[in-house]
Amino acid sequence: MTSTGIVGYGAYVPPYRIKAEEIARVWGEEPERIIKGLGVKEKSVPGLDEDAATLAVEASRNAIGVAGIEPSKIKAVYVGSESHPYAVKPTATMVAEAIGSTPEVMAADLEFACKAGTAGIQIGMGLVASNMAEYVLAVGSDTSQGRPGDALEYTAAAGAAAFIVGRQKEQMVAKLEQTCSFTTDTPDFWRRQHAEFPTHGGRFTGEPAYFRHVMGATQMLFEKTGMKASDFDYFVFHQPNGKFPLEVAKKMEIDVEKVKPGLMTPIIGNTYSGASPIGLCAVLDIAKPGQNICLTSFGSGAGSDSFWLTTTDLLPQNRTRAAHNLAWYVERKKYLDYGLYAKHRRKLKSL
Amino acid sequence: MAENIAITWRRIPERYRLAGSQCMTCHAKFFPPRKLCPTCRRKGKIESCAFSGKGKIFSLSEVHSAPAGLELEIPYVLAIVQLAEGPKLTTQLVDCREKDVKVGAAVEVVFRRIRSDDPEGLLHYGYKFRLVK
Ligand SMILES: [Zn+2]
Repeated sequence: MTSTGIVGYGAYVPPYRIKAEEIARVWGEEPERIIKGLGVKEKSVPGLDEDAATLAVEASRNAIGVAGIEPSKIKAVYVGSESHPYAVKPTATMVAEAIGSTPEVMAADLEFACKAGTAGIQIGMGLVASNMAEYVLAVGSDTSQGRPGDALEYTAAAGAAAFIVGRQKEQMVAKLEQTCSFTTDTPDFWRRQHAEFPTHGGRFTGEPAYFRHVMGATQMLFEKTGMKASDFDYFVFHQPNGKFPLEVAKKMEIDVEKVKPGLMTPIIGNTYSGASPIGLCAVLDIAKPGQNICLTSFGSGAGSDSFWLTTTDLLPQNRTRAAHNLAWYVERKKYLDYGLYAKHRRKLKSL
Repeated sequence: MAENIAITWRRIPERYRLAGSQCMTCHAKFFPPRKLCPTCRRKGKIESCAFSGKGKIFSLSEVHSAPAGLELEIPYVLAIVQLAEGPKLTTQLVDCREKDVKVGAAVEVVFRRIRSDDPEGLLHYGYKFRLVK
């Protein structure tokens, strides 16, 4: 297979935050127990004029900045989300139009719970390797909602990350060495058509869903590549909360210090399709050339995509070309109380 | 309603990516795009151009009584931004209050929802601006 790599990447996180403590106060829960139990201190909240499409556009513009390419050369755009603004009308066309890749461009929205963004990277690898496209843009973007009072309300957050896959070695910031997926039909989490909030299978979300698929895909990647845990410098796992990725590390005998740099959920919440992709951005923002990164996403329903990436000499200079990096977005914060948060998320029925 | 959608559709290049126009004869740049240069008239040759999205605050005011569809967003800041390339435009400034903004402050373009019709209607997207700190 022709080798492919990431030539540009970018992230976006809205400035609004709500503290777990504030949500706990409203529902009469003990904040300490929640924060310890979930490993999440606060989460991001979208602005009133933001949605999965606007988040995707800003992340994509940062990715184009890093890549330093003409947007018209992007020949396919895939946007993965579980909060597309329309039930029928693609997000990908809006993104392609806003970045200036239309009209000669393939485009589609992808859905696979929280792993639709990494599914887009895999599709991009195929299109680029087969010469069907010079560059492919894959985005994971979500403004997810938790039912008021539900455990998900402490974590469901907003954010996006975008990646441009290309084939020219002299443009890659990270080589995509290998990918594989572990997929089964597992009823751990779902949202029916027209339902406002998702339903989850309670305890069922852990072992048979998240851990089985994340560890299954990562183990499969080890076997396919001959790499072992100690060969990687960083691991980025899907992060529905701040604890699951650390538990995966423990179970797979991975040094937790290799997981922490890509663990963003404790401070921005679970950004669903954006979650492991934003974790990868966090790692790419600090990695040195020649380092090995393992990324494993997870989407309920269920499946995991695992990737082995190797950073190149270009990474340190090219990453400075983004208008804003992840740290810039993470550090600017405007705190909301629960009342304003309810308005932002239009949780009151009349809004 | 139908006319509304037609206007939105025609303005997509200008609203989504600040597509304007310039006169190749006198090098004046226009936003929104013009089809005729007011200086050169028929001698002017008009071509499309993209603006960088960088600019600075020319003037501003805070809106406390919003038009229909923007009620939830009050208070918000409405500003005249002078683009780095020269033209001025009126725009909403996101993620700030009037007290945070000074005339001359640097701003950059962002892509946001600018209006949404009734719950079953179209969502309109376009440019707004944000302070660069
Ligand atoms: Zn002229």
